Amino acid sequence: MAHQEIKLYQTGTFVAGNRLLDPEQRSVQARMGRSNSLTSGHRACQGCGEALGARYVLDAAMRATDGKMVAVNSTGCLEVFSTPYPESSWQLPWLHSLFGNGPAVAAGVAAALKAKGRDDIRVVGQAGDGGTVDIGFGTLSGMFERNDDVLFVCYDNEGYMNTGVQRSGATPPAARTANTKPVGDEPGNVFGQGKFVPAIAMAHEIPYVATATVAELRDLEYKVEKAMTFRGARYIHVFVPCPLGWGAASSDTIRLSRLAKETGVFPVFEAEHGEVTEVSTIRRRVPVEEYLTLQKRYAHLFGPAGRPDIVARLQATADRNIARYGLLAPDEEPAGPGVAQDVAGEGAV
Amino acid sequence: MLEQIEGSQAVAKAVTLCRPEVIAAYPISPQTHIVESLSDRVRTGELAGCEYMMVESEFGAMSACIGASAAGARTYTATSSQGLLFMAEALFNASGLGLPIVMTVANRAIGAPINIWNDHSDSMAMRDSGWIQLFAESNQEAVDLHIQAYRLAEALSVPVMVCMDGFVLTHAFERVDLPEQAQVDAFLPGFVPQQALDPDDPVTIGAMVGPEAFAEVKYLMHAKQMSALDEIPVIARDFAETFGRDSGGLVRPYRTDDAETIVVSLGSVLGTIEDVVDKMRDEGRTVGVLGIGCFRPWPLDEVRAALAGARRVVVVEKAFAVGAGGIVGQNVRDALRGLPVEVYDVVAGLGGRPITRASLRQVFDQVLAGEVDPRRMHFLDLDVDLVQRELERSRRGGRPGPHAENMLRDIGTVASGAYE
Ligand SMILES: Cc1ncc(C[n+]2csc(CCOP(=O)(O)OP(=O)(O)O)c2C)c(N)n1
Ligand code: SF4
Ligand SMILES: [Mg+2]
Repeated sequence: MAHQEIKLYQTGTFVAGNRLLDPEQRSVQARMGRSNSLTSGHRACQGCGEALGARYVLDAAMRATDGKMVAVNSTGCLEVFSTPYPESSWQLPWLHSLFGNGPAVAAGVAAALKAKGRDDIRVVGQAGDGGTVDIGFGTLSGMFERNDDVLFVCYDNEGYMNTGVQRSGATPPAARTANTKPVGDEPGNVFGQGKFVPAIAMAHEIPYVATATVAELRDLEYKVEKAMTFRGARYIHVFVPCPLGWGAASSDTIRLSRLAKETGVFPVFEAEHGEVTEVSTIRRRVPVEEYLTLQKRYAHLFGPAGRPDIVARLQATADRNIARYGLLAPDEEPAGPGVAQDVAGEGAV
Repeated sequence: MLEQIEGSQAVAKAVTLCRPEVIAAYPISPQTHIVESLSDRVRTGELAGCEYMMVESEFGAMSACIGASAAGARTYTATSSQGLLFMAEALFNASGLGLPIVMTVANRAIGAPINIWNDHSDSMAMRDSGWIQLFAESNQEAVDLHIQAYRLAEALSVPVMVCMDGFVLTHAFERVDLPEQAQVDAFLPGFVPQQALDPDDPVTIGAMVGPEAFAEVKYLMHAKQMSALDEIPVIARDFAETFGRDSGGLVRPYRTDDAETIVVSLGSVLGTIEDVVDKMRDEGRTVGVLGIGCFRPWPLDEVRAALAGARRVVVVEKAFAVGAGGIVGQNVRDALRGLPVEVYDVVAGLGGRPITRASLRQVFDQVLAGEVDPRRMHFLDLDVDLVQRELERSRRGGRPGPHAENMLRDIGTVASGAYE
């Protein structure tokens, strides 16, 4: 998904070497003048994907709006680790109200700015997956339906991390959380119907919807900047690993984000007015095991008492994403890791 | 200008005159006519420079008001009953953040059983939410209180609830003196927020506070509310000077001089009570009335001063604390602590039951005759036999079914006829 007419220099992995670029072509994060909206000194865990995501998103939005911006935050890890009284990591006007009302509060801020003739000041709302897909879902849908001039960003770490890692509507099947332990016949979280809010956002036909991960900084920055070119309701769903909640190494946050995309577990795309417009294709397709085995929340699926049947269902879900969103580049082998056909009938429901 | 006008329309007009910049509201009876009218006024441009947000719920309404107020806009919403409860979490948040939002509560009962008619259960349930609560006695006062509410809210940076009886006031056509825009502009200056989300001066609002300062933040909330007890009379005086009529204030004594018995109440029923008291005065009984205009903050000193000379106080209120007793009654007892005054709790008008002069007269006479136990809550016009029959059915065991439906069937309201 090339968005800027620049050449990226690959260093070993997929990282682009900023130093080799012309200063004007550097990412927002690599610029001297970045706003550091969420500045250092906060109390996130080491390797927190949400802290990384929020800084990327807000710095990009600050650049896009020339610093004329207000952020609204729902309750959750991001709010808690950034504002232990009397310290604050926020270097922009920032408001926290409740867990379930971020979208409505942000819409209220936008309405006030409009009434005051200050709609040059833009509004970004942000929340975790719990604050977005569960308790805040009604206010989010209302904000979408009214097409309020707000960019709402969900930092999806797939669980209620702030309260000690309980499941949310965005927790994937089979994952261990504090209230979906690996006990019983269906260890970990159940295979529900899923709740993929980017698709629900698209069903509102709002101007812009995108998904992204913290592994691809430029892609994320691009999407934030693009979102700010629209007026009305916009939604970005960012995949942010949580080392503490997932039982992953702090150093694996970027790797896990990349693997989520490369396995098809998390589809990365853009949509405008309800239609998918761009898809980030998989560069090197890998089986879900590579992603799962780095996380203790899936440990019960492996080893002698493992559950290859459940792993196969998870693979089938990833394969379904690949098929649904067309995540394979045209020259990529369509067959993939080879489990899709066996269990598709079961895993795809 | 004098006008024969529905209470809701009059309030919508008053709110319009206050020039709110953001209105976010969700419909619920009996508040609907107010917000419908405001929506019209925004659409026609009569209320210019205002964003009207059609939110998806009352929780969304109060949340949008929180965002708008924090961004420095004068904000307004209105609700009733279930809607007020649906806002509960956001109400405490708005007051905790010190946001001067003004809200009309068209008072209505709370279910179950669901009931759209008037009582004060909704506002009373939220009495400790940190909002100032003003109660209107008439539609004229409802109009005037809204204008005063914005002055008060913005002077102290606290949210204010204007409570008016649902249907009884909201849907009643009365003669109301509607102020002129110039008068309101003179009385109510433009909103200068004490805190605002401003990119030129970025602040963090809504930070987490632990044990080291939480009590102090809460203390300040309390102190600010208490300072409203000084501010409210000043605003009422100013109002009288600007508009030429008395409205608002903390408490309103009526014929309390030399009164041995004083009836305390709030809202529209005060008029009925005053009629009864006039009649009793004619008969030589030394009875008076104390209207509570401001229930939160609780004007303890003013209530004490007004009631200290009485021998007995009868509190007539349209709500009660289940399992405890009268709510206003408890506050009155607190105000009279240490004084030899007997306080009687009378709960009346629940779920819209009419409070008649005859019933009031009867209970006042019973109190004067020493027939009412001051240690027990008294339910005005309670159908004791109906309750007894239902209790009897329950005692029989088995599965007696839902009380509400049984009692309706018993009195023949349900088409299927009498029970048994
Ligand atoms: C009404 C309400 N219910 C529950 C909570 C407790 N609570 C606070 S944060 C949170 C979970 C947050 O999860 P998420 O939105 O995914 O953010 P994360 O901490 O994972 O970043 C919960 C359950 C609350 N603060 N308010
Ligand atoms: S628990 Fe997870 S989301 Fe919360 S601060 Fe730690 S790593 Fe970040
Ligand atoms: Mg989460």
